[in-house]
Amino acid sequence: MAKDRTLLGLTLALALLMAGMAVFPQWLTFLVMMSLARGLVVLAVVLQMRAGLVSFGQGLYYCVGGYTAAMLGSLYGVHEVAVLIAATILVSATVAFVLGTLLSRYRDIFFAMLTMAFSMILYGVLVKSSALGSTDGFSLPGMTFFGWTPETQSTAVYILTCLLVYLIALAYHYYQESPAGYLAGAIRENEIRVEYLGSSPQRLLHCKYVMASVIAAVGGLLSALATGHVDPEMAYWTTSGEFVFIAILGGTGHVAAPFIGSTLFSFVQTYAYQFFPYTWQMVLGLVLLLIIVFLPSGLWSLVQRSGSEKPRAADH
Amino acid sequence: MLTLLAILVDGLNYASWLFMVAAGLTLIYGVMKILNMAHGSMFAIGAYTSAWIAGWYFTGADSMWGYLLMLGGAIAAGAFVGLVIERGLLRFLYGRDPVVMILLTYAVLLILEDVTKLIWGVDPYFAFQPYTLLGRTQVGPLTFANYDFGVILVAAIIGLGLWWGLNRTRRGKLLLAVIHDPEMSVALGINVRAYFLLTFVIGSILGCVAGAVTAPAISVAPGIGVEVIVLAFAVVVIGGLGSVGGALAGALIVGFSRATAVHLLPQVDLFVIFGVMSLVLVVRPQGLFGRAQPRKI
Repeated sequence: MAKDRTLLGLTLALALLMAGMAVFPQWLTFLVMMSLARGLVVLAVVLQMRAGLVSFGQGLYYCVGGYTAAMLGSLYGVHEVAVLIAATILVSATVAFVLGTLLSRYRDIFFAMLTMAFSMILYGVLVKSSALGSTDGFSLPGMTFFGWTPETQSTAVYILTCLLVYLIALAYHYYQESPAGYLAGAIRENEIRVEYLGSSPQRLLHCKYVMASVIAAVGGLLSALATGHVDPEMAYWTTSGEFVFIAILGGTGHVAAPFIGSTLFSFVQTYAYQFFPYTWQMVLGLVLLLIIVFLPSGLWSLVQRSGSEKPRAADH
Repeated sequence: MLTLLAILVDGLNYASWLFMVAAGLTLIYGVMKILNMAHGSMFAIGAYTSAWIAGWYFTGADSMWGYLLMLGGAIAAGAFVGLVIERGLLRFLYGRDPVVMILLTYAVLLILEDVTKLIWGVDPYFAFQPYTLLGRTQVGPLTFANYDFGVILVAAIIGLGLWWGLNRTRRGKLLLAVIHDPEMSVALGINVRAYFLLTFVIGSILGCVAGAVTAPAISVAPGIGVEVIVLAFAVVVIGGLGSVGGALAGALIVGFSRATAVHLLPQVDLFVIFGVMSLVLVVRPQGLFGRAQPRKI
């Protein structure tokens, strides 16, 4: 087994991003912030995908995170980011704990469709609530960052995003290296054997669901801070679908894959949207088909492919 | 009393089109064990086809042939798209993980969403002529569109047809055998792949027909397919995945709960549907008519 260079790699990436702040033009700073924030949500999808669960409703928590921050900020006059982070974590963990008691009993199709159903319910509620701006959403006020009032909001958000993503990515990596992380693969392969070995898959999946929800909610918070705006679209199925798409594109092999996938996606999206506004989804669908059929482990498998390990035969 | 009547008619009407969509979804799942997310696109394609035919036909003439033309067009569209998807894609991928199949059909859904946009544009279609042409029935202070009764009739015919086809014909009985145990069916000499194709095409046609009969009552716009798939899934889950009778029961339950909510507490209509679904799942995780799956080690 190769030496684990993840810590070094992540720290290097953080240093690069921090240094880049000085030279990046504004559009690139924004793109990096959004890619990282959305990468967090993809990471949450990947966390569950490793256990064999596909969440078609991670947008639910993306939206919960964004709306928690925005509502606290503009309705209740909270202008301190530290409070927003704490509140986001608390709210999303509570929601996820309650929904998780139901969802952790379901696998495969049921899990996928139920998560989608829940996020569509939130979308439906937000669209109907005119107090929260209905389909237009609403904006966030300016923030203070741990007592510091920055001159340009975006610089502070950029630093915050990089640091938070760095910490979460590290925590995620070490979690996956722990027994609980490895059990995900065992549950995906054969859940009953895991039970016989003395673990409770249901409790573990519940735990992973809450973790994934909190990570996605932080992603939502960061993207709300970056754009200064939230709308119900965050909970819409296409948003969740894009997260699943990026997760499959990047693969579940490594913590960096979701972020690389997300950055790639943002770049392509920015240009593709201008040239084919009506066939964008079709392009997504075709790429998704091609990846599932020809590259089941995602783009990361291209980076990782070693000679000794042949990809598993896909046919039964 | 009048509210009750209104709830009854609305509930039945809503249940009718839910049943038509859900029957196709559950049939495909029962036979092929694929949850077809692209089923919502079938609904959309059917709706667009029929709205398009209606807009073209009813501007000049207004005879009853238009209705048959709309249905026929939807059936043809469903058969065509179903054939293309099964022959062109799914048949190469049978036997993969259920989650992989759901992602595949999700990709198909994405593609079909844009295909409908490319063919029919992004502006909504209003095919109201077939709806208004049949007139209205006055019951006391309430008016009901006769078209809604027609929808109930079509759904009843489809339901009866499905029941008869599955239980009273040779092919249907063989199909039931495939649903029950595909491996054993292969061993007994049934051409399971042929039944997969047949089922997928029939399921697609059902989705298209549901769209076709619903089209005149709604505005046909991009995005209707996905709302439908989420609802149809709730219906199918309540009834039990893979059971046509379950789809009927689920459709009636969802239809009446939604109609009740719309008339008494309109803010919560979506909640009611998923509330009922969660309740059923908590008590019977396999749905009302589903069989509990034995766990395999």
